[in-house]
Amino acid sequence: MANASFNNPKRLLRVPSPVAHAAFQKALVISALLLVIVVLAIMLSLAIHSFPSLKAFGFTFFFSKTWDPVSGRFGALVFLIGTLLTSFLALLICLPFSLAIGIFIGEYHREGIVSSFLKQVTELLAGIPSVIYGFWGLFVFVPVVRNLEMKLGVLPYGVGIFAASVILSVMVVPYAASIGREVISMVPSDIKEAGYALGATRQEVVTKIILPYARSGILAGILLALGRALGETMAVTMVIGNANIIPRSIFSPGNTMASVIANEFTEATGELYLSSLIQVGLLLFLVAVGINILGRYIIKKVSIEA
Amino acid sequence: MRKLVLISFVLALLVLPAPPGAGGMELLGAGATFPYPLYSKMFYSYWKETGTKVNYQPIGSGGGIRQLINRTVDFGGSDAFMSDEALSKSPATILHIPICIGAVVLTYNLPGKPGLRFTPNLVADIFLGKIKRWNDQSIEEINPGIRLPEIDIMVIRRSDGSGTTFVFTDYLTRVSKEWDTKVGRGKAVNWPIGLGAKGNPGVTGLIRHLPGTVGYTELGYALLNGLPVARLLNKYGEFIKPSTASTSKAAAIPLPMDTRVSLTNSDTPEGYPISSFTWILVYREQAYGKRPLQKAVELAKLLWWMTHEAQRYTEPLHYGTLPQEASERAEKIITSITYDGERVFQ
Repeated sequence: MANASFNNPKRLLRVPSPVAHAAFQKALVISALLLVIVVLAIMLSLAIHSFPSLKAFGFTFFFSKTWDPVSGRFGALVFLIGTLLTSFLALLICLPFSLAIGIFIGEYHREGIVSSFLKQVTELLAGIPSVIYGFWGLFVFVPVVRNLEMKLGVLPYGVGIFAASVILSVMVVPYAASIGREVISMVPSDIKEAGYALGATRQEVVTKIILPYARSGILAGILLALGRALGETMAVTMVIGNANIIPRSIFSPGNTMASVIANEFTEATGELYLSSLIQVGLLLFLVAVGINILGRYIIKKVSIEA
Repeated sequence: MRKLVLISFVLALLVLPAPPGAGGMELLGAGATFPYPLYSKMFYSYWKETGTKVNYQPIGSGGGIRQLINRTVDFGGSDAFMSDEALSKSPATILHIPICIGAVVLTYNLPGKPGLRFTPNLVADIFLGKIKRWNDQSIEEINPGIRLPEIDIMVIRRSDGSGTTFVFTDYLTRVSKEWDTKVGRGKAVNWPIGLGAKGNPGVTGLIRHLPGTVGYTELGYALLNGLPVARLLNKYGEFIKPSTASTSKAAAIPLPMDTRVSLTNSDTPEGYPISSFTWILVYREQAYGKRPLQKAVELAKLLWWMTHEAQRYTEPLHYGTLPQEASERAEKIITSITYDGERVFQ
């Protein structure tokens, strides 16, 4: 019964009617547009709801480091700095590791047990819920950082920018690595062979041919990882220390935009307080969009026309 | 054909409402997380005894009040009473019914777990960042015979907005002028120093793992985690150990008719000074929306049970029991609930 259409050549060869064709096309357009509309609607509603705070503080909201719910004075500078600092630091830490994984699986060991095992494990990292990273960070990693801080002679909080960045870097490795691996494995073999023919060693082929060829794809992976790091909430809030101060060193506690929203939204009373939190959300949204646009521009600049 | 059956089955599952509960009525509540362990125990027992199901969502006091104002729940739960201004803005008269008393305790991580004593000024100075080391003279003076280590004090406080923070900062605002002008009271405040941790579990977790820390948490969480709790000097010059008994005694003061009163630094010789009621909030007039009379009756019955028989669940879960006067006030408030102007409960 299920195979009826295959037994009936007439049905198989039937040309779709113009009506069905048009309906199909319409459905495609509608679903594509719907997504765009949702994104715009999110931005619009964030903007509308942050209007009271925008009216009260104007642009000082972005430069003020005071966040005082009691007296109703709000500024987002501390959170902006915290978010950017942890995200870029995480990216810096994850870069060598994700690149190494990408080259290892994409070039050196394309097949076999080792590579498929490594691939599975990196992908598993992406599937672990962030609260688990947070718990692991708080109970296992933070004491390690504390020992390190005691040896360095800084105030041994354990939690702080450094702990948050390291946890974040582990979380974003799979994003950067999987795209890196994909583009590295797609580097055409004729140009690699050309390299070998000229007497290049394998290492030279990797650094002088494969990496330059794949750099736009590698950058795209990094951009994806950065987007993930910017918005990460749960794991960061558990290990960053949630102190509303501008961090003086990487071992200092801090706070991020996503984590202040998650922490204070449920109990935020009063229009201005709620609206300021929403404006922090709007800022986070704009930062993510801005970095994305900048990233695409850079990718375009460095990409090699194939 | 088989596919069609499957699809219609899935659709039916999606569209058809869940089968109604076996007989009993269902009441819906939302609000404070602080009394949630007690409430879930109470509501479970109530369901076993009467067949009335109570569904309570611990979404925070602010959320509970918002949902009550929007009339999406039968009752709200809150650790902080509603201000006169908030009450005047609400669509109808809202009643506060005290259910139990909670204590916020000071807990710390020091080698040897010494039993410390604190004065109100000391607590304020530590949380203002003015006392920086554990072996500070002002701490040693009131803790004679205890050798305090020469390490930095690390303050741990809540990062999320919470009723616990409100009660604690309300206390500090009452006992310290400097705290009042610099920080003030609120569910979230602009802390001068310290690390923020999410929820009571977050605070106790950090304190357990970091030597030299001090923080505030609910009594139950500190005891559950085996953390030491500090004795606190009260108005009468007594160092009071936080316990369910001393918490309960903090409420043994003349109460206003609507029970909307802060118990911090209250005027009792044996009461623990950082205590607070937690309330359930309902509308006085229950005939709104399309609510049947039966719902109003069940709600009043539940509230009566919670402030009477169910008080036996408070102590084992580390909450203070309502003292005589508070439970009499609660009775008066519950009997004032009406449906279409008629009292629902005699």
